[in-house]
Parts: sequence; structure tokens; C-alpha cells
Amino acid sequence: MSGNGKVMTPDAIVGRLESGMTLGIGGWGSRRKPMALVRALLRSDVTDLTVVAYGGPDVGLLAAAGRIRKLVTAFVTLDSIPLEPHFRAARERGAFELVELDEAMFMQGLTAAAQRLPFLPVRAGLGSDVLRVNPGLRTVTSPYEDGEELVAVPALRLDAALVHLNRADHLGNGQYLGPDPYFDDLFCEAAETAYVTCERIVDTAELTAHAAPQTLLVSRHAVTGVAETPKGAHFTSCAPDYGRDESFQKEYATAARTPETWQAFHSRFLIGASEEDYQLAVQAWHKEQR
Amino acid sequence: MTTSTTVTRAEYCVVACAEAWRGDGEVLASPMGTIPSVAARLAKLTFAPDLLLTDGEALLIGDVPAVGARSAVTEGWLPYRRHLTMAMGGRRHVMMGASQIDRFGNQNISCVGDWRRPTRQLLGARGAPANSLNNPVSYWIPRHSPRVFVERVDMICGVGYDSAAAAGPSATRFHDLRRVVSDLGVFDFAAPDHAMRLVSVHPGVTPDEVREATGFPLSAPPEVPLTRDPTPDELRLIRDVVDPSGLREREVPTP
Repeated sequence: MSGNGKVMTPDAIVGRLESGMTLGIGGWGSRRKPMALVRALLRSDVTDLTVVAYGGPDVGLLAAAGRIRKLVTAFVTLDSIPLEPHFRAARERGAFELVELDEAMFMQGLTAAAQRLPFLPVRAGLGSDVLRVNPGLRTVTSPYEDGEELVAVPALRLDAALVHLNRADHLGNGQYLGPDPYFDDLFCEAAETAYVTCERIVDTAELTAHAAPQTLLVSRHAVTGVAETPKGAHFTSCAPDYGRDESFQKEYATAARTPETWQAFHSRFLIGASEEDYQLAVQAWHKEQR
Repeated sequence: MTTSTTVTRAEYCVVACAEAWRGDGEVLASPMGTIPSVAARLAKLTFAPDLLLTDGEALLIGDVPAVGARSAVTEGWLPYRRHLTMAMGGRRHVMMGASQIDRFGNQNISCVGDWRRPTRQLLGARGAPANSLNNPVSYWIPRHSPRVFVERVDMICGVGYDSAAAAGPSATRFHDLRRVVSDLGVFDFAAPDHAMRLVSVHPGVTPDEVREATGFPLSAPPEVPLTRDPTPDELRLIRDVVDPSGLREREVPTP
């Protein structure tokens, strides 16, 4: 790689995605979600998606826009607001197919995909209705003396992974500077193609100038494209660059209560031509709140 | 400063929840909800000093700050991937909430109604299936009612004793439901049939009130004991150190 390496715009990244794909979305709940890419998806006509995520407002926004055909998740939450209003409404009107897994089953499924295994065994799920609502899940018997019967979580293979990190270089080496990597490296490794957005693209040497090497979460061999999207996780948290925008998240959740208020929110924040338009609209909203 | 000697319902709940972690040793106390968070801190400051606590994000904390306050000492790193692994390794005792819980301790936090098209979508199963099969689990119910204590839960997330037994030895191997604490009393599953049993009522509550608020038959000893009082030192720690702003009273108001 030379010159600009793998640097792309959010809209160019979404230009590589196709309707019907299985998309893994990194982060956890309302934490370090690749929201700039979700917003770019909303500007595109990509739909009929299978979304695989520890869900937050990424799932909420895509569900509200009717882009999800099937959701694979263990939960959808806004953290400080426990129930995601769009996810809830979508489920209650039967808007998409749901594969409801336990958090540890989900992790094992991603790990299996990253390691090119058909499945990984896990104890979780036995005795619970996760097996009842996923009749396709199978168990496997240990070939050793214990003879234990465990759940065989199938690999969660992804067509594309979308993650947001604090820093990256132009080659796609991605760095997290907060306390939790979540599962972003696994999402990238479980995917055919992986796209990293970040707060700032820096020179490779700068990545470890002030941070330990183990902050380098995602390696370029697992990354297809990288984009610089400042505040790209907004309104979810992106520690230590910024915390969750709690007042805006509350505005989002309140707006979701009726079709009229959601239409107003959508017109004000989500129909712009670019990520910059969104960030400017949010700035203007915050000024009004003072 | 502590002035009133009248113990509030919320404070009885704190003590009853704290007791869940007695004797656990060096394991992670994972409280969900305000009163369990106050309780885990109280347990660590008194009879369970070896407990591990988190900051609610990815750090193990080496101090015991008030609920909602920042920790100043970090003693370990526990991002979600390690947290899930730790749960599967069993060195953790979680106190979860429940939108529904039944007689054998099956718990639901996923949805109410038919799963295929629920009347009320909630969080999703989260980590309840793994938790309940791998590490000790207790439950905290801030508002005891027949809508929560139900005959059958709509979606089994946390696995109860009957479901674990039906699923076989891999499900029962590490399955261990310890206690349920509500705003009315304390319950366990220690009877031979593992059906939920009333262990104590909080002062001011009668066993009949508990039965009326429970949607399934509840076994109880002929004389139901009262939940124990906090010691003066525990009361001081709750009021002055762990929860000085009184968040516990918002979760369980004085009746």
C-alpha cells in the first residue's frame, strides 16, 4: 500500500455494501458504535440486511428505517436508557426475524467465525428458551470421558464488519484508547471485508508514541477500508475522546415515541447529504439547549 | 450524619442483598440495580472483604467508593470479553433483576407475551443463560407483585431448577441459584424440591401479604422469621459511606 492506502469516505464504504448482506456492527449497547457508517447506510438504499450486533442505537436506527430483515443479537439497549425504543417497536410489530442468543454464545459464534470453525461449544443456552426460539441450534457431545452435552454455537460469519475506533493509520491499523475493546477485533476477523472508522487518522509511528502496543486492536490484514469520522460514534460513547451524549440520546429516545416526533427528528438530523450535515445539526441543537 | 435509628425498608433490602455474598471469598460480586450495588459494597466493607467489584465498565476497583462516585484505585482489567469468560469460569456471583420469575427460579428479561411477536419487548436474554448455568446467581426484585412472581415465565433467560434438571447434567453441573430478595422478603430454593421458599419477611410485612403478591404457591415455615436488622456499624456505612445521597430510597420508597 502507498499513498492514501485504504482511506475512504463513509459513503464510499457504504458503496461497497449490498442489499441482503450480513453485517457485523462493533461496539456494545450505546458504546463506541460506528454511527457515522450507520448514518451513511441510512443515506443509501442498502436494505434487507442481516445485522449481527451487541445492539444499541445502530440497531434502533436501522430498524426504524426498515433496513433489517434479520437480527442476530443478545440484547438491544441504550445503556442509560434500558430499552431501545425502535427495536422495541419493531419487535412488537413483528418487523424482522430475530435470532436471540446469549452474550457468551454470541462471543463463541464470532470466535468460531474468526477461526474458520463450523461451531464452538458452550454451556450457555441449555435449559433456557434460547434453544426453544432457535430450533436450528444443535448440541454436541464431548468425545472425552466427561461425555458432556453442550450447545454447538454456529460460526457467525459476516460479509462485512463495521467498527469505530479512536485512532487508525492509513493502512487500517486500528487503535482503541478506552478501557474496553468490546469485540471489534473479532468482528473484523469474522468478516470477509472489514471497515474501520476512527476519530483521527495518524501516522503509523504516532499510534504508539503515547500508548502501549496492546491498544492496537485491529491489524491491517483484517481491514479493507478506513475512514476518519470525527465524532463518528456520536451519540454513543467513545472514551476517552468523548462520553455518551446523554441529552441527545434522550432526545432521540423521546422522539421515537410517536411517528410525528420521529419524523421531525429524522428531518432535522438524518436527511442531510453528509456526515458533516449531521454533526452541524447536532451542534445547532446543543446551542438551542443552553 | 446518621441521626434516625429507624431502619427503612430500603435498608433492610440492602442488608438482605448483602447477605447473598457472605462467605463467597475472592469472587466478583456483580450487582444489577441500585440496592444490590449498595449491598455489594456493604458486604465488602464488612463481612466479605475479599469480594471483587467493578466500576460498572471495564475496571476492577481497589477501593469502595460511594454508589455513583468515581473510583480512585484500579486493581484489575475486566472488559466484556474477560467478564464473560470469568462468568463461565464460575468465579462470580451475580445478582440480576427479573421482569418475571417463577417458582423454580426461571427468570425472564427478554420479552412479555409470545416471543414471536411480543406484547412488550424488553432487553433480550443478555447474559442470563450463561450466568445461570455457570456461576452462582441471586435475584433482586424491587417491586414484588404477581406480575413479576408468575406461574410460568414467557421466555426462560435465567435457568431455573426444573429447567436445568430437564436439560441434563451439563446444565445442572454448576447451576446454583442462591437467593431472591424483594422489597417484601427473602426467598431461597434450598428445599428438596427446589421450589421457592419464603425465608424471611422484612419488618412491617406479613407472610400473607407476600403470598398475595406472589402468583404461585409459596412454601414457608410455620413461623416466618424477620429479616435481620442492620448493625449500627452497617447502618452508618450505608448512610454515610456507601449511599450518602440516599439512592436506595428511590428504588424502594418507604411504604
